[in-house]
Amino acid sequence: MQKIIEASDINMSFGDVKALRNISFDVNESDIFGFIGPDGAGKTTLFRIIATLLIPDEGELKVLGLDSVSDYKELRKNIGYMPGRFSLYQDLSVEENLNFYATVFGTTVSENYDLIAEIYSHIEPFKKRLAGKLSGGMKQKLALSCALIHKPKLLILDEPTTGVDAVSRVEFWEMLRKLKEYNITIIVSTPYMDEAMRCNRVALIQNGSILSIDDPQKIKEGFSRKLFSVRAPEKFKLINVLRDYPGIVTAYPFGDSVHITFHTDKLDMTLYDHLKKSGIENAVITETDPGIEDRFLELMLNE
Amino acid sequence: MTRNTVISVKNLVKKFGSFTANDNLNFEVFEGEIFGFLGANGAGKTTALRILSGLSSPTSGEVIVAGYNARKDPEKIKKNIGYMCQKFSLYNDLTTRENITLYGGIYGMPKALIKKRTEDLFERLSFHEYSDRLISSLPLGLKQKLAFSVAVLHEPRIVFLDEPTGGVDPITRRQFWEMIYETADRGITVFVTTHYMDEAEYCDRVSIMSEGKIVALNSPAELKRLYNAESVEEVFVKIARPAGTKTLSPEVKSENN
Repeated sequence: MQKIIEASDINMSFGDVKALRNISFDVNESDIFGFIGPDGAGKTTLFRIIATLLIPDEGELKVLGLDSVSDYKELRKNIGYMPGRFSLYQDLSVEENLNFYATVFGTTVSENYDLIAEIYSHIEPFKKRLAGKLSGGMKQKLALSCALIHKPKLLILDEPTTGVDAVSRVEFWEMLRKLKEYNITIIVSTPYMDEAMRCNRVALIQNGSILSIDDPQKIKEGFSRKLFSVRAPEKFKLINVLRDYPGIVTAYPFGDSVHITFHTDKLDMTLYDHLKKSGIENAVITETDPGIEDRFLELMLNE
Repeated sequence: MTRNTVISVKNLVKKFGSFTANDNLNFEVFEGEIFGFLGANGAGKTTALRILSGLSSPTSGEVIVAGYNARKDPEKIKKNIGYMCQKFSLYNDLTTRENITLYGGIYGMPKALIKKRTEDLFERLSFHEYSDRLISSLPLGLKQKLAFSVAVLHEPRIVFLDEPTGGVDPITRRQFWEMIYETADRGITVFVTTHYMDEAEYCDRVSIMSEGKIVALNSPAELKRLYNAESVEEVFVKIARPAGTKTLSPEVKSENN
Protein backbone atom coordinates (compact mmCIF):
# COMPACT_ATOMS: atom_id res chain seq x y z
CA MET A 1 0.00 0.00 0.00
CA GLN A 2 1.28 3.42 -0.90
CA LYS A 3 2.20 5.79 1.90
CA ILE A 4 0.52 9.15 1.47
CA ILE A 5 2.21 10.79 4.46
CA GLU A 6 5.43 9.76 6.21
CA ALA A 7 6.32 11.99 9.13
CA SER A 8 9.27 11.40 11.40
CA ASP A 9 10.30 13.32 14.50
CA ILE A 10 8.65 16.61 13.66
CA ASN A 11 9.32 19.36 16.19
CA MET A 12 7.97 22.87 16.13
CA SER A 13 8.18 25.73 18.62
CA PHE A 14 6.76 29.22 18.74
CA GLY A 15 8.99 31.16 21.12
CA ASP A 16 8.90 29.26 24.40
CA VAL A 17 5.91 27.20 23.43
CA LYS A 18 6.64 23.71 22.16
CA ALA A 19 3.76 23.13 19.77
CA LEU A 20 4.87 19.73 18.45
CA ARG A 21 7.23 17.20 20.05
CA ASN A 22 8.74 14.33 18.03
CA ILE A 23 5.66 13.69 15.95
CA SER A 24 5.96 10.54 13.80
CA PHE A 25 3.20 8.79 11.89
CA ASP A 26 2.26 7.28 8.51
CA VAL A 27 -0.94 7.72 6.55
CA ASN A 28 -1.91 5.07 3.98
CA GLU A 29 -3.76 5.57 0.73
CA SER A 30 -7.54 5.96 1.18
CA ASP A 31 -7.28 6.33 4.94
CA ILE A 32 -9.62 8.59 6.82
CA PHE A 33 -7.03 9.45 9.43
CA GLY A 34 -8.22 11.42 12.46
CA PHE A 35 -6.17 13.59 14.81
CA ILE A 36 -8.19 13.71 18.00
CA GLY A 37 -7.23 16.12 20.75
CA PRO A 38 -8.28 19.23 22.67
CA ASP A 39 -7.72 22.86 21.66
CA GLY A 40 -4.05 23.72 21.95
CA ALA A 41 -2.86 20.13 21.37
CA GLY A 42 -1.00 21.11 18.18
CA LYS A 43 -3.46 19.86 15.55
CA THR A 44 -3.59 23.06 13.52
CA THR A 45 0.20 23.54 13.58
CA LEU A 46 0.68 19.99 12.31
CA PHE A 47 -1.89 20.46 9.55
CA ARG A 48 -0.30 23.73 8.46
CA ILE A 49 3.04 21.93 8.18
CA ILE A 50 1.47 19.15 6.11
CA ALA A 51 -0.20 21.77 3.91
CA THR A 52 3.30 23.30 3.32
CA LEU A 53 2.28 26.56 4.99
CA LEU A 54 4.79 26.19 7.83
CA ILE A 55 8.30 24.76 7.88
CA PRO A 56 8.99 22.57 10.92
CA ASP A 57 12.02 23.31 13.12
CA GLU A 58 13.11 19.68 12.91
CA GLY A 59 12.03 16.43 11.35
CA GLU A 60 11.27 14.96 7.98
CA LEU A 61 7.96 15.00 6.19
CA LYS A 62 7.09 13.29 2.94
CA VAL A 63 3.65 13.89 1.48
CA LEU A 64 2.58 12.00 -1.67
CA GLY A 65 6.21 10.93 -1.98
CA LEU A 66 7.42 14.54 -2.13
CA ASP A 67 9.50 16.46 0.40
CA SER A 68 7.20 18.98 2.06
CA VAL A 69 9.84 21.72 2.12
CA SER A 70 11.83 21.43 -1.12
CA ASP A 71 8.94 20.18 -3.31
CA TYR A 72 6.22 22.37 -1.86
CA LYS A 73 5.15 23.83 -5.22
CA GLU A 74 4.50 20.45 -6.79
CA LEU A 75 2.85 19.22 -3.62
CA ARG A 76 0.38 22.10 -3.41
CA LYS A 77 -1.16 21.06 -6.74
CA ASN A 78 -2.21 17.77 -5.22
CA ILE A 79 -3.55 18.70 -1.82
CA GLY A 80 -6.81 20.31 -0.78
CA TYR A 81 -6.78 22.22 2.51
CA MET A 82 -9.78 23.38 4.47
CA PRO A 83 -8.61 25.51 7.40
CA GLY A 84 -10.52 25.65 10.67
CA ARG A 85 -11.51 29.23 10.15
CA PHE A 86 -13.76 29.95 7.15
CA SER A 87 -11.30 31.31 4.59
CA LEU A 88 -13.22 31.75 1.36
CA TYR A 89 -13.92 35.16 -0.11
CA GLN A 90 -16.94 36.52 1.75
CA ASP A 91 -17.64 39.14 -0.88
CA LEU A 92 -17.66 36.71 -3.78
CA SER A 93 -20.73 34.61 -4.47
CA VAL A 94 -20.88 30.85 -3.95
CA GLU A 95 -20.36 30.24 -7.66
CA GLU A 96 -17.57 32.83 -7.97
CA ASN A 97 -15.64 31.25 -5.11
CA LEU A 98 -15.85 27.82 -6.70
CA ASN A 99 -14.79 29.14 -10.12
CA PHE A 100 -11.95 31.07 -8.54
CA TYR A 101 -10.50 28.01 -6.80
CA ALA A 102 -10.87 25.89 -9.93
CA THR A 103 -9.02 28.53 -11.97
CA VAL A 104 -6.21 28.96 -9.44
CA PHE A 105 -5.56 25.22 -9.71
CA GLY A 106 -5.69 25.32 -13.52
CA THR A 107 -8.92 23.38 -13.90
CA THR A 108 -12.62 24.07 -14.42
CA VAL A 109 -15.69 23.36 -12.33
CA SER A 110 -17.17 21.16 -15.04
CA GLU A 111 -14.07 18.96 -15.29
CA ASN A 112 -14.36 17.64 -11.73
CA TYR A 113 -18.00 18.34 -11.09
CA ASP A 114 -18.86 14.69 -10.40
CA LEU A 115 -16.58 14.75 -7.37
CA ILE A 116 -18.42 17.60 -5.67
CA ALA A 117 -21.88 17.08 -7.19
CA GLU A 118 -23.47 15.62 -4.10
CA ILE A 119 -22.03 18.20 -1.71
CA TYR A 120 -22.46 21.18 -3.99
CA SER A 121 -26.06 20.28 -4.88
CA HIS A 122 -27.06 21.35 -1.35
CA ILE A 123 -25.83 24.90 -1.94
CA GLU A 124 -26.31 25.22 -5.69
CA PRO A 125 -29.79 26.79 -5.25
CA PHE A 126 -27.96 29.68 -3.51
CA LYS A 127 -25.11 30.00 -6.00
CA LYS A 128 -25.64 33.75 -6.50
CA ARG A 129 -25.50 34.45 -2.75
CA LEU A 130 -22.38 36.02 -1.25
CA ALA A 131 -20.35 33.47 0.70
CA GLY A 132 -20.36 35.77 3.73
CA LYS A 133 -24.16 35.52 3.89
CA LEU A 134 -24.34 31.72 4.10
CA SER A 135 -25.29 29.76 7.23
CA GLY A 136 -22.58 27.77 9.04
CA GLY A 137 -23.53 24.44 7.50
CA MET A 138 -23.63 25.94 3.99
CA LYS A 139 -20.25 27.65 4.42
CA GLN A 140 -18.80 24.31 5.42
CA LYS A 141 -20.18 22.63 2.28
CA LEU A 142 -18.85 25.40 0.06
CA ALA A 143 -15.42 25.26 1.69
CA LEU A 144 -15.31 21.51 1.14
CA SER A 145 -16.35 21.92 -2.51
CA CYS A 146 -13.59 24.50 -3.05
CA ALA A 147 -10.99 22.26 -1.38
CA LEU A 148 -11.99 19.38 -3.68
CA ILE A 149 -12.50 21.10 -7.03
CA HIS A 150 -8.99 20.32 -8.34
CA LYS A 151 -9.37 16.64 -7.41
CA PRO A 152 -6.59 16.51 -4.82
CA LYS A 153 -5.02 13.22 -3.77
CA LEU A 154 -4.89 14.34 -0.16
CA LEU A 155 -7.61 16.32 1.60
CA ILE A 156 -6.63 18.14 4.82
CA LEU A 157 -9.58 19.14 7.00
CA ASP A 158 -8.84 21.15 10.13
CA GLU A 159 -11.74 20.86 12.59
CA PRO A 160 -14.44 20.79 9.91
CA THR A 161 -17.21 19.96 12.40
CA THR A 162 -16.48 22.47 15.16
CA GLY A 163 -19.55 24.62 15.79
CA VAL A 164 -21.71 22.52 13.47
CA ASP A 165 -24.91 20.95 14.82
CA ALA A 166 -25.23 17.19 15.31
CA VAL A 167 -27.44 16.60 12.27
CA SER A 168 -25.04 18.43 9.92
CA ARG A 169 -22.08 16.63 11.50
CA VAL A 170 -23.57 13.25 10.65
CA GLU A 171 -24.15 14.41 7.06
CA PHE A 172 -20.61 15.73 6.83
CA TRP A 173 -19.01 12.44 7.90
CA GLU A 174 -21.22 10.64 5.42
CA MET A 175 -19.87 12.90 2.64
CA LEU A 176 -16.29 12.12 3.67
CA ARG A 177 -16.99 8.41 3.64
CA LYS A 178 -18.21 8.67 0.05
CA LEU A 179 -15.01 10.45 -1.04
CA LYS A 180 -13.14 7.20 -0.40
CA GLU A 181 -14.56 5.90 -3.67
CA TYR A 182 -12.46 8.51 -5.49
CA ASN A 183 -9.27 7.31 -3.80
CA ILE A 184 -8.89 10.55 -1.92
CA THR A 185 -6.96 10.20 1.33
CA ILE A 186 -8.30 12.35 4.14
CA ILE A 187 -6.69 13.65 7.30
CA VAL A 188 -9.10 15.35 9.65
CA SER A 189 -8.77 16.89 13.09
CA THR A 190 -11.40 17.19 15.80
CA PRO A 191 -11.60 17.90 19.53
CA TYR A 192 -14.60 15.57 19.76
CA MET A 193 -13.70 12.10 20.93
CA ASP A 194 -16.87 10.50 19.61
CA GLU A 195 -15.85 11.35 16.05
CA ALA A 196 -12.85 9.02 16.31
CA MET A 197 -15.07 6.08 15.44
CA ARG A 198 -15.78 7.64 12.02
CA CYS A 199 -12.10 7.29 11.07
CA ASN A 200 -10.31 4.09 10.13
CA ARG A 201 -7.16 5.21 11.96
CA VAL A 202 -6.65 7.83 14.62
CA ALA A 203 -3.89 9.55 16.53
CA LEU A 204 -4.69 10.87 19.99
CA ILE A 205 -2.77 14.12 20.48
CA GLN A 206 -2.21 16.20 23.60
CA ASN A 207 0.33 18.95 24.45
CA GLY A 208 2.11 18.50 21.12
CA SER A 209 2.69 14.77 21.58
CA ILE A 210 0.96 11.75 20.11
CA LEU A 211 -0.37 9.53 22.91
CA SER A 212 -1.47 6.64 20.71
CA ILE A 213 -1.98 5.75 17.03
CA ASP A 214 -4.19 2.88 15.91
CA ASP A 215 -7.48 1.67 14.57
CA PRO A 216 -10.03 3.36 16.90
CA GLN A 217 -11.43 0.00 18.01
CA LYS A 218 -7.95 -1.12 19.08
CA ILE A 219 -7.39 2.14 20.94
CA LYS A 220 -10.51 1.46 23.00
CA GLU A 221 -9.37 -2.09 23.64
CA GLY A 222 -6.08 -0.69 24.96
CA PHE A 223 -7.88 0.42 28.13
CA SER A 224 -5.95 -1.43 30.81
CA ARG A 225 -8.57 -2.19 33.48
CA LYS A 226 -12.14 -3.39 33.73
CA LEU A 227 -14.44 -0.41 33.62
CA PHE A 228 -17.68 -0.06 35.59
CA SER A 229 -20.39 2.53 35.38
CA VAL A 230 -22.30 3.72 38.46
CA ARG A 231 -25.65 5.49 38.25
CA ALA A 232 -27.44 7.32 41.06
CA PRO A 233 -29.51 10.51 41.11
CA GLU A 234 -27.21 12.72 43.22
CA LYS A 235 -24.16 12.83 41.00
CA PHE A 236 -22.05 15.32 42.93
CA LYS A 237 -22.40 13.35 46.14
CA LEU A 238 -21.89 10.07 44.28
CA ILE A 239 -18.52 11.14 42.84
CA ASN A 240 -17.21 12.19 46.24
CA VAL A 241 -18.48 9.07 47.98
CA LEU A 242 -16.88 6.88 45.32
CA ARG A 243 -13.53 8.66 45.64
CA ASP A 244 -13.59 8.05 49.40
CA TYR A 245 -13.70 4.33 48.82
CA PRO A 246 -10.23 2.79 49.15
CA GLY A 247 -10.72 0.04 46.53
CA ILE A 248 -11.35 2.57 43.75
CA VAL A 249 -8.52 3.82 41.52
CA THR A 250 -10.37 6.33 39.35
CA ALA A 251 -13.87 7.85 39.42
CA TYR A 252 -14.84 10.31 36.71
CA PRO A 253 -18.20 11.60 35.53
CA PHE A 254 -19.19 10.31 32.07
CA GLY A 255 -22.53 11.62 30.88
CA ASP A 256 -25.29 10.41 33.15
CA SER A 257 -23.03 7.99 35.06
CA VAL A 258 -19.68 7.82 36.83
CA HIS A 259 -17.00 5.55 35.35
CA ILE A 260 -14.87 3.77 37.94
CA THR A 261 -11.97 1.32 38.01
CA PHE A 262 -10.87 -0.86 40.92
CA HIS A 263 -7.44 -2.04 41.97
CA THR A 264 -8.58 -5.52 40.97
CA ASP A 265 -10.57 -6.46 37.87
CA LYS A 266 -13.57 -7.62 39.87
CA LEU A 267 -16.54 -5.62 40.99
CA ASP A 268 -15.94 -5.07 44.68
CA MET A 269 -19.33 -5.99 46.15
CA THR A 270 -18.71 -4.18 49.44
CA LEU A 271 -18.96 -0.96 47.46
CA TYR A 272 -22.76 -1.31 47.66
CA ASP A 273 -22.53 -1.18 51.46
CA HIS A 274 -20.22 1.80 51.35
CA LEU A 275 -22.67 3.67 49.10
CA LYS A 276 -25.63 2.80 51.32
CA LYS A 277 -23.81 3.89 54.46
CA SER A 278 -23.02 7.19 52.76
CA GLY A 279 -26.68 7.76 51.97
CA ILE A 280 -26.75 6.65 48.35
CA GLU A 281 -29.54 4.13 47.89
CA ASN A 282 -30.38 2.29 44.69
CA ALA A 283 -27.07 2.84 42.94
CA VAL A 284 -26.81 0.74 39.78
CA ILE A 285 -23.34 -0.60 38.98
CA THR A 286 -22.67 -2.35 35.68
CA GLU A 287 -19.59 -3.34 33.73
CA THR A 288 -19.22 -1.16 30.66
CA ASP A 289 -17.08 -1.00 27.51
CA PRO A 290 -14.47 1.75 27.56
CA GLY A 291 -14.79 4.44 24.90
CA ILE A 292 -12.10 6.51 23.21
CA GLU A 293 -12.49 9.20 25.85
CA ASP A 294 -11.90 6.67 28.67
CA ARG A 295 -8.69 5.59 26.98
CA PHE A 296 -7.60 9.18 26.28
CA LEU A 297 -8.12 9.99 29.95
CA GLU A 298 -6.13 6.95 31.03
CA LEU A 299 -3.26 7.86 28.70
CA MET A 300 -3.23 11.43 30.05
CA LEU A 301 -3.05 10.15 33.63
CA ASN A 302 -0.14 7.87 32.72
CA GLU A 303 1.86 10.74 31.20
CA MET B 1 -40.46 16.62 46.72
CA THR B 2 -41.65 19.89 45.28
CA ARG B 3 -38.95 21.93 43.69
CA ASN B 4 -38.91 25.67 43.24
CA THR B 5 -39.37 26.84 39.69
CA VAL B 6 -36.72 29.35 38.58
CA ILE B 7 -37.65 29.58 34.90
CA SER B 8 -41.27 29.43 33.79
CA VAL B 9 -42.12 29.81 30.11
CA LYS B 10 -45.77 29.83 29.01
CA ASN B 11 -46.89 30.13 25.40
CA LEU B 12 -43.76 32.03 24.41
CA VAL B 13 -43.93 33.36 20.86
CA LYS B 14 -41.24 35.51 19.26
CA LYS B 15 -41.69 36.83 15.75
CA PHE B 16 -39.37 38.80 13.52
CA GLY B 17 -41.66 40.24 10.83
CA SER B 18 -43.48 37.26 9.36
CA PHE B 19 -40.89 34.78 10.66
CA THR B 20 -41.76 32.90 13.85
CA ALA B 21 -38.49 32.13 15.65
CA ASN B 22 -40.11 30.74 18.82
CA ASP B 23 -43.46 29.08 18.23
CA ASN B 24 -45.40 28.63 21.47
CA LEU B 25 -42.74 27.35 23.87
CA ASN B 26 -43.79 25.91 27.23
CA PHE B 27 -41.38 24.63 29.85
CA GLU B 28 -40.16 24.99 33.41
CA VAL B 29 -36.69 24.73 34.90
CA PHE B 30 -36.17 24.02 38.59
CA GLU B 31 -33.81 25.22 41.29
CA GLY B 32 -30.51 23.36 41.28
CA GLU B 33 -31.29 21.62 38.02
CA ILE B 34 -28.82 21.14 35.16
CA PHE B 35 -30.92 21.80 32.08
CA GLY B 36 -29.66 21.19 28.54
CA PHE B 37 -31.12 23.35 25.78
CA LEU B 38 -30.47 21.73 22.40
CA GLY B 39 -31.42 22.39 18.81
CA ALA B 40 -30.04 22.45 15.29
CA ASN B 41 -28.60 25.67 13.84
CA GLY B 42 -31.49 28.04 13.22
CA ALA B 43 -33.95 26.14 15.44
CA GLY B 44 -34.57 29.21 17.62
CA LYS B 45 -32.30 28.49 20.60
CA THR B 46 -30.45 31.79 20.53
CA THR B 47 -33.69 33.75 20.27
CA ALA B 48 -35.12 31.96 23.31
CA LEU B 49 -31.88 32.36 25.24
CA ARG B 50 -31.86 36.12 24.58
CA ILE B 51 -35.38 36.37 25.99
CA LEU B 52 -34.52 34.26 29.04
CA SER B 53 -31.53 36.46 29.80
CA GLY B 54 -33.45 39.73 29.51
CA LEU B 55 -31.87 40.88 26.25
CA SER B 56 -35.00 40.61 24.14
CA SER B 57 -38.73 40.83 24.82
CA PRO B 58 -41.26 38.15 23.83
CA THR B 59 -43.87 38.97 21.17
CA SER B 60 -46.45 37.19 23.34
CA GLY B 61 -46.59 34.74 26.22
CA GLU B 62 -45.29 34.87 29.76
CA VAL B 63 -41.66 34.34 30.70
CA ILE B 64 -40.61 34.44 34.38
CA VAL B 65 -36.91 34.11 35.16
CA ALA B 66 -35.60 34.19 38.75
CA GLY B 67 -38.98 35.61 39.79
CA TYR B 68 -39.00 38.47 37.27
CA ASN B 69 -41.08 39.00 34.16
CA ALA B 70 -38.99 39.15 30.98
CA ARG B 71 -41.20 41.83 29.48
CA LYS B 72 -41.48 44.13 32.51
CA ASP B 73 -38.26 43.58 34.46
CA PRO B 74 -35.48 42.50 32.08
CA GLU B 75 -32.90 44.52 34.06
CA LYS B 76 -33.72 42.60 37.24
CA ILE B 77 -33.32 39.34 35.36
CA LYS B 78 -29.85 40.39 34.21
CA LYS B 79 -28.80 41.01 37.82
CA ASN B 80 -29.88 37.55 38.89
CA ILE B 81 -28.25 35.47 36.20
CA GLY B 82 -24.69 34.63 35.21
CA TYR B 83 -23.40 33.89 31.73
CA MET B 84 -20.38 32.11 30.35
CA CYS B 85 -19.57 31.22 26.79
CA GLN B 86 -16.73 29.01 25.70
CA LYS B 87 -15.15 31.40 23.24
CA PHE B 88 -15.09 34.60 25.24
CA SER B 89 -15.73 35.42 28.84
CA LEU B 90 -12.66 37.05 30.34
CA TYR B 91 -10.46 39.95 29.25
CA ASN B 92 -7.09 38.63 28.06
CA ASP B 93 -5.21 41.83 28.84
CA LEU B 94 -6.37 42.02 32.44
CA THR B 95 -5.01 39.86 35.25
CA THR B 96 -7.03 37.18 36.97
CA ARG B 97 -7.71 39.45 39.95
CA GLU B 98 -8.62 42.41 37.73
CA ASN B 99 -11.11 40.30 35.78
CA ILE B 100 -12.81 39.17 38.97
CA THR B 101 -12.94 42.72 40.33
CA LEU B 102 -14.35 44.01 37.03
CA TYR B 103 -17.16 41.44 36.91
CA GLY B 104 -17.93 41.86 40.61
CA GLY B 105 -18.18 45.61 40.01
CA ILE B 106 -20.45 45.18 36.98
CA TYR B 107 -22.81 43.13 39.12
CA GLY B 108 -22.76 45.86 41.77
CA MET B 109 -21.17 43.75 44.50
CA PRO B 110 -19.69 45.66 47.48
CA LYS B 111 -15.89 45.89 47.43
CA ALA B 112 -15.44 43.91 50.64
CA LEU B 113 -17.57 41.07 49.29
CA ILE B 114 -15.65 41.00 46.00
CA LYS B 115 -12.44 40.77 47.97
CA LYS B 116 -13.71 37.95 50.13
CA ARG B 117 -15.12 35.94 47.22
CA THR B 118 -11.88 36.48 45.26
CA GLU B 119 -9.85 34.95 48.08
CA ASP B 120 -12.35 32.09 48.45
CA LEU B 121 -12.12 31.44 44.73
CA PHE B 122 -8.30 31.42 44.70
CA GLU B 123 -8.38 29.03 47.64
CA ARG B 124 -10.93 26.67 46.10
CA LEU B 125 -9.19 26.51 42.71
CA SER B 126 -5.65 26.59 44.20
CA PHE B 127 -5.18 29.63 42.03
CA HIS B 128 -2.88 31.84 44.12
CA GLU B 129 0.09 31.63 41.79
CA TYR B 130 -2.06 32.89 38.90
CA SER B 131 -3.75 35.73 40.76
CA ASP B 132 -1.68 38.52 39.23
CA ARG B 133 -1.01 36.99 35.84
CA LEU B 134 -2.62 38.10 32.61
CA ILE B 135 -5.47 35.89 31.47
CA SER B 136 -3.76 35.44 28.11
CA SER B 137 -0.91 33.59 29.84
CA LEU B 138 -3.14 30.98 31.54
CA PRO B 139 -3.64 27.48 30.17
CA LEU B 140 -7.02 26.97 28.48
CA GLY B 141 -8.36 24.64 31.16
CA LEU B 142 -7.67 27.12 33.97
CA LYS B 143 -9.21 29.95 31.95
CA GLN B 144 -12.41 28.02 31.62
CA LYS B 145 -12.62 27.10 35.29
CA LEU B 146 -12.00 30.73 36.16
CA ALA B 147 -14.60 31.96 33.65
CA PHE B 148 -17.18 29.70 35.24
CA SER B 149 -16.29 30.83 38.76
CA VAL B 150 -16.58 34.46 37.65
CA ALA B 151 -19.99 33.79 36.10
CA VAL B 152 -21.28 32.63 39.50
CA LEU B 153 -19.30 35.14 41.60
CA HIS B 154 -22.45 37.14 42.44
CA GLU B 155 -24.31 33.92 43.40
CA PRO B 156 -26.99 34.22 40.72
CA ARG B 157 -30.12 32.06 40.75
CA ILE B 158 -29.27 30.78 37.27
CA VAL B 159 -26.10 30.51 35.24
CA PHE B 160 -26.27 30.19 31.45
CA LEU B 161 -23.43 28.23 29.82
CA ASP B 162 -22.85 28.17 26.08
CA GLU B 163 -20.91 25.05 24.99
CA PRO B 164 -18.98 25.09 28.25
CA THR B 165 -16.61 22.20 27.65
CA GLY B 166 -16.19 22.22 23.87
CA GLY B 167 -12.57 21.67 22.88
CA VAL B 168 -11.10 20.95 26.32
CA ASP B 169 -9.16 17.81 27.24
CA PRO B 170 -10.96 14.91 28.94
CA ILE B 171 -9.54 15.58 32.41
CA THR B 172 -10.28 19.31 32.44
CA ARG B 173 -13.69 18.53 31.07
CA ARG B 174 -14.49 16.30 34.02
CA GLN B 175 -13.14 18.79 36.54
CA PHE B 176 -15.41 21.32 34.86
CA TRP B 177 -18.51 19.13 35.12
CA GLU B 178 -17.70 18.48 38.76
CA MET B 179 -17.73 22.26 39.29
CA ILE B 180 -21.10 22.37 37.56
CA TYR B 181 -22.45 19.58 39.79
CA GLU B 182 -21.14 21.34 42.87
CA THR B 183 -22.80 24.60 41.77
CA ALA B 184 -26.13 22.87 41.11
CA ASP B 185 -25.81 21.14 44.47
CA ARG B 186 -25.67 24.61 46.09
CA GLY B 187 -29.03 25.40 44.47
CA ILE B 188 -27.86 27.40 41.46
CA THR B 189 -29.65 26.35 38.29
CA VAL B 190 -27.35 25.58 35.37
CA PHE B 191 -28.77 26.17 31.90
CA VAL B 192 -26.53 24.67 29.19
CA THR B 193 -26.83 25.30 25.46
CA THR B 194 -24.68 23.15 23.25
CA HIS B 195 -24.20 21.56 19.84
CA TYR B 196 -22.42 18.64 21.39
CA MET B 197 -24.69 15.85 22.41
CA ASP B 198 -22.16 14.22 24.67
CA GLU B 199 -22.39 17.37 26.82
CA ALA B 200 -26.15 16.89 26.91
CA GLU B 201 -25.62 13.47 28.50
CA TYR B 202 -24.41 15.22 31.68
CA CYS B 203 -27.63 17.21 32.14
CA ASP B 204 -30.55 16.27 34.41
CA ARG B 205 -33.07 17.07 31.68
CA VAL B 206 -32.73 18.26 28.10
CA SER B 207 -35.05 19.93 25.64
CA ILE B 208 -34.63 19.65 21.89
CA MET B 209 -35.83 22.44 19.61
CA SER B 210 -36.62 22.16 15.93
CA GLU B 211 -38.08 24.88 13.73
CA GLY B 212 -39.03 27.12 16.64
CA LYS B 213 -40.76 24.40 18.68
CA ILE B 214 -39.69 22.17 21.53
CA VAL B 215 -40.07 18.67 20.12
CA ALA B 216 -38.78 16.74 23.14
CA LEU B 217 -38.13 17.41 26.81
CA ASN B 218 -37.00 14.72 29.22
CA SER B 219 -34.04 13.21 31.06
CA PRO B 220 -31.31 11.83 28.79
CA ALA B 221 -32.03 8.28 29.99
CA GLU B 222 -35.77 8.59 29.33
CA LEU B 223 -35.20 10.15 25.88
CA LYS B 224 -32.92 7.28 24.93
CA ARG B 225 -35.56 4.81 26.11
CA LEU B 226 -38.42 6.56 24.28
CA TYR B 227 -36.55 6.77 21.00
CA ASN B 228 -34.84 3.42 21.35
CA ALA B 229 -31.47 5.11 20.95
CA GLU B 230 -28.05 4.53 22.48
CA SER B 231 -27.13 8.18 22.86
CA VAL B 232 -28.72 11.63 23.00
CA GLU B 233 -26.96 12.26 19.68
CA GLU B 234 -28.97 9.46 18.08
CA VAL B 235 -32.20 10.90 19.54
CA PHE B 236 -31.24 14.33 18.24
CA VAL B 237 -30.53 13.13 14.72
CA LYS B 238 -33.88 11.30 14.71
CA ILE B 239 -36.00 14.30 15.70
CA ALA B 240 -34.12 17.56 15.21
CA ARG B 241 -33.71 17.36 11.44
CA PRO B 242 -35.30 20.62 10.28
CA ALA B 243 -36.45 19.33 6.88
CA GLY B 244 -37.63 16.03 8.34
CA THR B 245 -41.11 14.81 9.11
CA LYS B 246 -43.19 16.88 11.45
CA THR B 247 -44.14 14.08 13.83
CA LEU B 248 -44.14 15.10 17.44
CA SER B 249 -42.26 13.13 20.02
CA PRO B 250 -44.25 10.62 22.11
CA GLU B 251 -44.30 12.66 25.30
CA VAL B 252 -45.34 15.90 23.58
CA LYS B 253 -48.16 14.02 21.86
CA SER B 254 -49.46 12.70 25.14
CA GLU B 255 -49.40 16.19 26.64
CA ASN B 256 -51.48 17.46 23.76
CA ASN B 257 -54.12 14.75 24.13
